Amino acid sequence: MLNIPMEHGLLLAALLFSLGFIGVLIRRNILFVLMSLEIMLNAAGLAFVVAAARWEQADGQIMFLMVLTLAAAEVAVGLALLVQLYRRYQTLDMDVLSQLRG
Amino acid sequence: MTATLFYIAAAVAVISTVLAITRTNAAHALLYLVVSLLSVAVIFYLIGAPLAGALEVIVYAGAIMVLFVFVIMMLNAGRATARQEQQWLSTSAWTLPALLCAVLLAELVYVLQQQDTVYLDAHITPKEVGILLYGPYLLAVELASMLLLAGLVGAYHLGREDPPPDRRQPGTAEQTDA
Repeated sequence: MLNIPMEHGLLLAALLFSLGFIGVLIRRNILFVLMSLEIMLNAAGLAFVVAAARWEQADGQIMFLMVLTLAAAEVAVGLALLVQLYRRYQTLDMDVLSQLRG
Repeated sequence: MTATLFYIAAAVAVISTVLAITRTNAAHALLYLVVSLLSVAVIFYLIGAPLAGALEVIVYAGAIMVLFVFVIMMLNAGRATARQEQQWLSTSAWTLPALLCAVLLAELVYVLQQQDTVYLDAHITPKEVGILLYGPYLLAVELASMLLLAGLVGAYHLGREDPPPDRRQPGTAEQTDA
């Protein structure tokens, strides 16, 4: 009944991951870089769930839950850093913020 | 039938992701990102992972995106920011990275084409996931809770406002910054 080849699921994950990677490379606004990182993490999670469906084991979904937790923790700390940097420099330009001195 | 739904959802995911990484307005990009995450949730349901699909909607499209909305509201990014973003996103800036990523993607596609076709026809119930989660993966659950706690403390510490300069004791500013 279900006739989705596994390659197509993995291809979608690869495509989304590449798009997220392009986003990280081409944007200079930190907010967009964080959003692209979310896209990449989501694509990795998709690959885990596809693998879980391929081998009919629940382990892949558990790894997806771990990726989800990681994404939540990462985005909380990342956005807090972003707000703090915006308060200090009044900009979100990564080139300005690259000096990392308080 | 299910395959058709899968390809439609996959197309929606890819198109909305492309739009999300190319928008200049942060709020618009965020909305496209939510659409992308929701279509990935549909794909999870279709390949027999209902728990992952539900969590994708609740945690990703719900909680994490709401955090982004809050930050966009706090930063108050308006038209001026969108114009600045347009300047930053010049053609010369995105051509080469996109090309390099396309090379990597082509390699991935080539590798994926090499293996035999296997169809996805599993149905993994939330019960199975839950039994595994609180059995062999109990330590991973504890580690995830520690990670979330660390994220909470870190976000609280980094996100709070600095005390006004007159209440700071002389000499402490350099120490806390270092």
